[in-house]
Amino acid sequence: MTTTTGNPVGEEHVSRSPLSRLQHLLHAQATIGPAVVLLIAIVVFALLSDRFLQPGNISLVLQQVAVVGTLAVGQTIVILTAGIDLSCGAIMVLTSIVMAKISAETGLPGVPALVLGFLVGTVCGLLNGLLVTRLKLPPFIVTLGTLNVFFALNLWYSHSATIRGTDMPRLLLWTGETFTIGGTRVTYGSVIMVLLVAAMAFVLKNTAWGRHVYATGDDPEASRLSGIRTARVLFSVYAAAGAVYALAAWILIGRIASASPQAGQFENLDSITAVVIGGTSLFGGRGAIVGSLIGALIVGVFRNGLALAGVDVLWQTFAVGVLIIAAVSIDQWIRKVKP
Amino acid sequence: MTEPILQARGLVKRYGRVTALAGADLDLLPGEILAVIGDNGAGKSSLIKALCGAVVPDEGEILLDGIPVSFSTPVDARTAGIETVHQSLAVAPSLDIAANLFLGRELRRKGVLGSVLRMLDRNGMREEAKKQLDALGIMTIQNPGQAVETLSGGQRQAVAVARAAAFGSRVVIMDEPTAALGVRESRAVLDLVLQVRERGLPVILISHNMPHVFEVADRVHIQRLGRRKAVVDPKSISMSDAVAIMTGAMEVPEEAA
Repeated sequence: MTTTTGNPVGEEHVSRSPLSRLQHLLHAQATIGPAVVLLIAIVVFALLSDRFLQPGNISLVLQQVAVVGTLAVGQTIVILTAGIDLSCGAIMVLTSIVMAKISAETGLPGVPALVLGFLVGTVCGLLNGLLVTRLKLPPFIVTLGTLNVFFALNLWYSHSATIRGTDMPRLLLWTGETFTIGGTRVTYGSVIMVLLVAAMAFVLKNTAWGRHVYATGDDPEASRLSGIRTARVLFSVYAAAGAVYALAAWILIGRIASASPQAGQFENLDSITAVVIGGTSLFGGRGAIVGSLIGALIVGVFRNGLALAGVDVLWQTFAVGVLIIAAVSIDQWIRKVKP
Repeated sequence: MTEPILQARGLVKRYGRVTALAGADLDLLPGEILAVIGDNGAGKSSLIKALCGAVVPDEGEILLDGIPVSFSTPVDARTAGIETVHQSLAVAPSLDIAANLFLGRELRRKGVLGSVLRMLDRNGMREEAKKQLDALGIMTIQNPGQAVETLSGGQRQAVAVARAAAFGSRVVIMDEPTAALGVRESRAVLDLVLQVRERGLPVILISHNMPHVFEVADRVHIQRLGRRKAVVDPKSISMSDAVAIMTGAMEVPEEAA
């Protein structure tokens, strides 16, 4: 029997190259990359256009980002479990139509209309969760299916007609109202988004549920053997995401001052874009909510800044595409980190 | 003779027409390392899975301290004090060492922060993790806040062993803990196995590696065709004889049994 002192389990202290050190830094703090990109973008666009940093413009960017940023919170927790939610935009639109139409037609006051909206969003999320955990179908297929189902229900219920803001209780439109800080008009919808991001970031970082969300996405089998009820975690994630999309629906109504069955159809891909650019891995288990907010802001700032610089819309879209591919390449590189 | 801490009596497990366990017995004595060896398909894995609650046997009973127990999930076995180190390295790579040690049984902060906000006691868990790693002599892992995927295979295995040793109050089961490791790392993990025994915890060690088995085991349980073929003393039998019994090439000699 050899001596047991000086256990040789891992004793290497290799000196690392600067590139490898960067890889380790990004590995430990996935949000640093997107934050640096956002800062550089803001500086560059501010130099390109005087109008970029004006209060009115900042306000505009925040308003444009609020809906996608909120959806991205739900999308992030789903993607952290190695899932994906293509139905988020459809859930949001369906929820906004139900809230708006019922209150417009029956005179239902704002608070019960909102509660109803949260119920609709959560039930839609529960359905996704049920299909993913009980039928064990891939989330991509489940949400591709429910995307169509929810969107069809939305067209059926709304008769493809837009509900005007003037027919709704004022509470539903409140998210579009503004207050002023330092000359910048801020919508309550943007504030709700920021508070939601903070709350979800807290929950993910500081509760056992948050840890289990990461662990389930990271290695479902290991999580199960560790005693985590992974099916329950997945189920709760899809349901919570549904509730978050209902919040996005409220912000959407305020943003466009109406409820349109055609609004927000492509927000599903935009929310995935925000999550991915924000440094959350599509393979699950890695990422952060704050990153997704930064991701949404990067897209918003790029589109706005390029527009102010007089760049054609098609090149804005081109730039977003390049960002997505760059973000995923960096994620792949970070994942290959060596001990 | 001392009373076994963990016993299996006549365990049967069938998968369709395949009988994985055909009335298997097992006795684990307090403070010993019992190695379980057997050819592929001898029912080692099924036996271990039954003991750690991963599968429910069709027949037979499991006794802990002489009292019949039934485990329908791994959590049941853990609650009873039986911890398992799985072959598949059941750790979540992107979480840190402390988070992995406490995965599935996180500690909450005291007071309102824990009960209402459900906040985790990060510092408490990190300190406890460091204590556990130190106690097992895994000093080289300095930082319990390090992500597990930045560790080598041996270090990851050490984390898994530390978790089992930290929470196993009755029995620690290790399924092929050295299978995926190099020579030096295997050595370190075997030392960990011995240290777990020194703490007074009995260990069931499943391994294909005969030199490892003969080095650390107090007794060797030879599994064959779904049953316990023999229990031998590694000091009084040669490795080749044990393999011969395992493969059915030799009957059990009287003096070794």
